Amino acid sequence: MITLLSTWTFGVALGLVALGMFVSYRLFSFADITTDGSFTLGAVVTAVLLVWEVDPAIATLAGMAAGASAGACTGLLHAVLGVEPLLSGILMMTALASVNLVVLGQSNRPLSGTITLFDRADAALLSTVGQIGFSGAAASEAARLGFVLLTATVAVVLLYLFLRTKLGTAMRAGGNMPTMARALGRNTGAMTVAGLAIANALTALSGSLVAQYQGFADVQMGIGMIVWGMASVFLGSALVGSVGLGGAIIGTLAGSVTFRLLVATALRAGLDPDWLKFTTAVVVLAALVVPRLLVRGSQSAAAR
Amino acid sequence: MLEVVAATVTFSAPGSPLIRAVNGVSFTVPAGMFVVMIGTNGSGKSTLLGSIAGTVRLNGGAIRLAGCDVTRWREDQRARFLGRVFQDPRAGTAANLTVLENIAVAACRGRRVGLSWATTRALQSAAAERLAAIAPGLETRLDQPIGSLSGGQRQIVTLVMATWHRPDLLLLDEHTAALDPAAADRVVQATARLVRDHNLTALMVTHSLTQAAALGDRLLLVHRGQIAFDVQGIAKRRLSVDELTERFNRLRSADQLDETAAKTLAERYV
Repeated sequence: MITLLSTWTFGVALGLVALGMFVSYRLFSFADITTDGSFTLGAVVTAVLLVWEVDPAIATLAGMAAGASAGACTGLLHAVLGVEPLLSGILMMTALASVNLVVLGQSNRPLSGTITLFDRADAALLSTVGQIGFSGAAASEAARLGFVLLTATVAVVLLYLFLRTKLGTAMRAGGNMPTMARALGRNTGAMTVAGLAIANALTALSGSLVAQYQGFADVQMGIGMIVWGMASVFLGSALVGSVGLGGAIIGTLAGSVTFRLLVATALRAGLDPDWLKFTTAVVVLAALVVPRLLVRGSQSAAAR
Repeated sequence: MLEVVAATVTFSAPGSPLIRAVNGVSFTVPAGMFVVMIGTNGSGKSTLLGSIAGTVRLNGGAIRLAGCDVTRWREDQRARFLGRVFQDPRAGTAANLTVLENIAVAACRGRRVGLSWATTRALQSAAAERLAAIAPGLETRLDQPIGSLSGGQRQIVTLVMATWHRPDLLLLDEHTAALDPAAADRVVQATARLVRDHNLTALMVTHSLTQAAALGDRLLLVHRGQIAFDVQGIAKRRLSVDELTERFNRLRSADQLDETAAKTLAERYV
């Protein structure tokens, strides 16, 4: 029971990375490798502030802000200096590896003895989950899941509402067809910067929550996050199909949870954890290629 | 109103001579005039159009829109004066957004975008009204992704978007060239109607001599980076397709003569 709840908690918390990838990759077609660095950045900034006994809410927001500025830097590299998207992300990710190590001061830092957002969640939600029927350790775990669900819901709703405003709609247009957006007076460079800032703020929030949840921050914890995010985005669109904006956003979050459940099942069935990232990469490749092959197959069938 | 003053655009590739794509072109389009521009391939008409839109930087001269010197302005800054329709129907619209969302972005042309709702009821009914007036049936597809529309339909929506707020200049860049004849015809009719009904100032580049003869108050023929022929008023109205074709052919054969002469000179003396 606890393992299942924990799987869900991780799935939802990492779903924020997927939401970030939805913004950078789906809306701006920007395969943003900054993700790997900004996930860790969110975690280490929050961890250090927690050790300094800063309020966990402020520490989390600070982690998000750090992620946002990392994303903005990647955007500036691309929009102002004309560095291509992939290379901009690689440069920022590499630079962040040093930044993260310097901020954390060591490669791994436990958060035992600090007050995290999850301690607050325990205190606030324990009686509610008790009423639903959870008790003991499961109740505490359920409270944690309830908290990340709440956070993810707020993120989803805010993102959706933002993307429906004039600014958000213009940003989507700019990501989809820059020529059109410029012809209608929009500064597409500034929009890319803003879009990547939002995407990496979400990724850093995820890193911050994961660090607080597992009780430590590690400079390696962001490795492979971009692939995780992409897998969730692809899986999400496979789950919900081509629906409106709201459906696509919720689908992305659902994709992350589904993917985490699949991974947990695979591990339980005996998958060697060393092969986890390899398997993730294969899943992303399959998600990219299979739909294309299916289309080609149906076309050649139609031709016959 | 558009003023182009001694506009010059040069291109240089390493190891090859400087090319003057636009060579000191000057002309003025007064408010309310519909100008059609034609030219041979490589004549510089696309570069000239780009320098007005802001996608091409001038090496000399100036561009003024509504009395404002915009020579150094970025493309997105010039949008407050310009409505634009592109050759590629995909370029003027965002395929993943709905028709209404595309129009919502156009409704913010030249204005600040804030955190107010993009697709309001008021916008929806205004959009339905305008689309129904110009292409009956399209108003029922406001909530569909614009990518699901045909090329011709997308160009008509782009026209509506470009003229949502009255532009000081409507720039049409061969906007029917990528369409099949029937769709091209519908888009041309929609264009002519919008320009006439709203008394718009427009500059249309076209490959079609039929369109060039039939449309507009004035015709500019661009050749080798310069305006080779400029006709308006009664003379423009009397201009026939045959006459235009003949002018075109004369320019082309003069070109070929030049090339032959240059080749002969090169062989003999270099």
